[in-house]
Parts: sequence; structure tokens; C-alpha cells
Amino acid sequence: MAQAYEIDEKKTPTSKTITLRIARFNPEHDSDTTFMDFSVNVEKWTTVLEAILDVKQHFDHSVAVRYSCRQATCGSCGMVINGKPRLACFTKVSELNSDTVTVEPMHNFPIIRDLAVRFDRLFNTHHKVKPYLIRDDSEITSNTTKELLQSPEELEQFIQFSNCIKCGLCNSACPTMATDSSFVGPQALAQAYRYVADSRDKGKDTRLKIIDESHGIWRCHFAGSCSQVCPKGVDPAMGIQFLRGYMLGFRS
Amino acid sequence: MRESHIMKIHYATALAAVGLVAVHILMRLTQGFAESLEYENVVANYQFLPYAGLLEIILILLSIHGFNGLRVILLELKQGRVYEKAVSYGCLAGMIALIAYGSRTIFMVNMGMM
Ligand code: HEM
Ligand code: SF4
Ligand code: FES
Repeated sequence: MAQAYEIDEKKTPTSKTITLRIARFNPEHDSDTTFMDFSVNVEKWTTVLEAILDVKQHFDHSVAVRYSCRQATCGSCGMVINGKPRLACFTKVSELNSDTVTVEPMHNFPIIRDLAVRFDRLFNTHHKVKPYLIRDDSEITSNTTKELLQSPEELEQFIQFSNCIKCGLCNSACPTMATDSSFVGPQALAQAYRYVADSRDKGKDTRLKIIDESHGIWRCHFAGSCSQVCPKGVDPAMGIQFLRGYMLGFRS
Repeated sequence: MRESHIMKIHYATALAAVGLVAVHILMRLTQGFAESLEYENVVANYQFLPYAGLLEIILILLSIHGFNGLRVILLELKQGRVYEKAVSYGCLAGMIALIAYGSRTIFMVNMGMM
């Protein structure tokens, strides 16, 4: 069932009217998702998040959406936009080349309401791979001025993976995540690689053991969807193959 | 067994099967397709020990590979302690049963029971 609402706002000479179709679902009393259509005026630079906030401000304040930074940094605003997981604040309406923009909550996450989803599973799997440097701390605590130096080449090994903002878009795109409720997921696997590949870290064996179980790294089947949707260029699929390299003896 | 050990076996059996199935297909090309399925020829093939051995190895490799693949599919389909145990042991049982059933044919022919 789609309802149409129009925002009566002054159009500027450069603006364009599009239909913003928002998925509405409240697990407390809805049995199904419904879509509500809103006509919104957008400029070339208007982001999908701005269009949603426009709807909230002018028509339906009850649309649930999570956001904070508005600059692709906090990782809060992930949602499925025209069928693909993207950050709403990092996606311009104009780049979608469509007069209808459909926004839905991320797949593979339980819905709190409308576009807001629960992150418990992502935080748990992220935590599970020990996303911090593991080392004998006496080295640092006995000498508080000690620095752990790295060469540019050593930094190059993992720096790309440290750009992860935990937005969950990769987990949302992953086909294994869709059916395997125990799968550790591309986000956590990419972070496992980020620390394993860090020359300052000593936790490689611990981490490889954690992901080497029946719902661990081997449940990735090279679909590569995670890397296609990552807004920060992390490439979890590549990290997963590198981790497999350690486990199969191609890397040390 | 660690999952990485199982998956190493999974990849190794696949690789070995590529080589051995190629030999198997080349051997089949020595005869016409219909001809190779005639009763006497099938029995003769099984009685040629090196070839029967090749078939036996392929049977073992692909049973291991196929049933482990099935285990993977089923583990991703549904989760739960009891279910996962049933899947793991069920696939192991299926693997053993298929190998036993296939081997039975080869042994029966060679023991003159056919
Ligand atoms: C000799 C040629 C074959 C090769 C090179 C091969 C290779 C592979 C590889 C690499 C995987 C893992 C895929 C992944 O993790 O995503 C796989 C999975 C699988 N294979 Fe094979 N395989 C072969 C033949 C077979 C045969 C003949 C069967 C059936 C008896 C079979 C059944 C399976 C199953 C059920 C899976 C699990 C599905 C999956 O993980 O995607 N394979 N195979
Ligand atoms: S790897 Fe990319 S898509 Fe996945 S959570 Fe991190 S930033 Fe988001
Ligand atoms: S609002 Fe922070 S990433 Fe979009």
C-alpha cells in the first residue's frame, strides 16, 4: 500500500521534484512493511539523508532514521537505497538518475522501526575478533616514552582496512549473512585482517583461531558484494582472501 | 576437526578430482559412448584393476567433497546446536554409505560375484 504526500515548498529554478518512497515498519504492531510516497524538491547536491530529513521536518516527523555526522564518518545512516546498501548522507539523489528514490532498512539487520536497525550482532562479531593491538604490554608500561615505529610499507599492509566506520553496509550486502545467523561477517573479518596485518600486533594466532570455526571465515563464498558497497574503500573480500592465505600457508 | 583442516581437504579433493576425472574421461574416449555402457565392457573396465582403482579413488574424493559441500550448504541454511550436530554426523554417515555402496560394486565384480 503506497500513500502519496506532497510537500508544499517553494521550488527554485534549479530544483527537481522526485518521489521519495520510504519503507515503514514497526515490529510492535505491523505485520508487513508498507511504503509511503512523498514528493520532495531536491537540488543537484541534495543527499538522500537530507531528502528524508525534509520529509521529517515538513510532513511526517515519525519516520525513524539514524544519523549523526552527515559526512560519511559515523557510520549511522546505512540503508538500502534503490536496492543497494549505501550511506544516505553520502549518496546524492542526483547520482541515482531516477525520479523515484526508494529507501529501505539494511538487510540482514533486525528492524527497530522504519529505517533504523539494531547493530548488536555487528558489534558482537566486531568485538569477537579482538579489534585492538594484542601485545605484551610490559614493553610499553615499563617505558612510557617507547614508540612503536612502523615503516610506510608496514603501514601500507593494513591502512586501507582501518578506514572502516562500522556502518554495516558490507554485512547488509553479504549473501551468507542473509541465511547464516551465526556467520561472523565481512565487517569483522576485515577488522581481523586489519590487526593481524599490523606489524605492532602479536595476536595473529589468537585471531586466526577465533575465525577458524564452522561459522567463521570459511563460510565466505567469494561473492564480493561487501567490497562493492563499502563507502570507505575497505575491500573486506580482499582481507578475507589474505586471511585465508595465512591459514592455507600462502602468507606468513 | 578445525574448519580450516576440513576446507583444506575440500579444496584438495576438488583439485585431485579435476586431474583424475580428466584421466577417467580420456579413458572413456577410447570407446564410443554407447559401447562403453554395454554390460561386458562395464564389467571388463571394473576388472581392469588400475582403472577400477582410479574409479574407487574418484568415488572417495567426490563423496568427501560432495558431502562436505552439502554440510556447508545445510549449516548456512539453518542454525542450532542439535541441527548442526545432526547435519555434521548425517553428512559423515552419507559419505561413508555412498563410498561403501560404490565400492561394493567394484569389489563384487572383482570377486567374481557378477
Ligand atoms: C572436480 C571438479 C570440482 C571442483 C574444482 C570443485 C570445487 C569446489 C570448490 C572450490 C568449492 C568451494 C566453494 C566455496 O567455498 O564457495 C566447492 C563446493 C562444493 N562442491 Fe565442488 N568441486 C568440484 C566437483 C564437485 C562435485 C562433482 C560435486 C558433487 C558431488 C561437488 C559438490 C560441491 C558442493 C555441494 C559444494 C558446496 C557448495 C558451496 O560451497 O558453494 N563439487 N567445490
Ligand atoms: S568494511 Fe566498509 S561497508 Fe563494512 S562496515 Fe566497514 S566501512 Fe562499512
Ligand atoms: S550520518 Fe554519519 S555516516 Fe551518514
